Amino acid sequence: MKSLNVSILQFPGTNCEYDTVYAFKRLGHNTNVIWHKEESIPADTDLVVVPGGFSYGDYLRCGSIAKFSPVMKSVIAYANDGGRVLGICNGFQILTEAGLLPGALKRNDNLHFISRHQHLKVVNSNNDFLKKCKEGEVLYIPIAHHDGNYFVDDETLSDMYDNAQVLLKYCDSEGNPMVVNGSVEQIAGVCNKDKNVFGLMPHPERAMESILGSKDGIRMLEGFGI
Amino acid sequence: MKAIVNIYLKEGVLDPQGKAVHHALDSLGFDSVKDVRVGKQIVLDLDAKNKEEIEKEVKQMSETLLANTVIEDYDIEIVE
Repeated sequence: MKSLNVSILQFPGTNCEYDTVYAFKRLGHNTNVIWHKEESIPADTDLVVVPGGFSYGDYLRCGSIAKFSPVMKSVIAYANDGGRVLGICNGFQILTEAGLLPGALKRNDNLHFISRHQHLKVVNSNNDFLKKCKEGEVLYIPIAHHDGNYFVDDETLSDMYDNAQVLLKYCDSEGNPMVVNGSVEQIAGVCNKDKNVFGLMPHPERAMESILGSKDGIRMLEGFGI
Repeated sequence: MKAIVNIYLKEGVLDPQGKAVHHALDSLGFDSVKDVRVGKQIVLDLDAKNKEEIEKEVKQMSETLLANTVIEDYDIEIVE
């Protein structure tokens, strides 16, 4: 496996950056935590991760203020240039707000903060992120969010299916669809058209050790290094 | 001059908070309520320019930051 230089962003209120460091170090990669005031990311970056948390206290809308942080300009340029970007939870919200991913994330339909392990079905694995997984495979990954209710209009959704941009859906242990937070068609993770920007609500970086309930996160994050 | 920006989820986008409030009103016996939408109001205190200029500027603010037009609609009210 290739050793990657992973740049992990840190905003005021980010709280998953060191779990993300742990996860990528465990896979043999180099990590760099980048404070949001930085105006550039390291030139040798192979992957940018926008980790979970509550950037700017989730004020206004989750991710709406973080998208204007100085570092985001270079992340957007990096993504538009074909660079790989992964957004986890609040990172997913930031990437949709920044327009790098389609759709938006609303308050969970039952209004609860949901924090538990959840089964996920791999819908498309023909991409850098999930290439170690099989289509139809069921993974078990923690979720922890208040605003994970994915919304996208019908027309965009149909384009996303045509381009294999729907990556993960919430399901039960057998792989049957399961309503978790009200997301359109139970969507938990998506990518952009060019398949270099990925976003998901579940936390693969929290599923790296069997003793903590699951190590399925390894199968997901390993894909980037192949 | 003040600008008041009202932001709501678009028609057709399910409003979970509105639904919960509707449910609560129902259980309190207010059965005349047909629908509830919960939104937010942002009040901006602005340096007085002409009304058109301020309207244009607040529209720009709404499109870039205040509202997420993928899921939200907004309207602007200027109060002199």
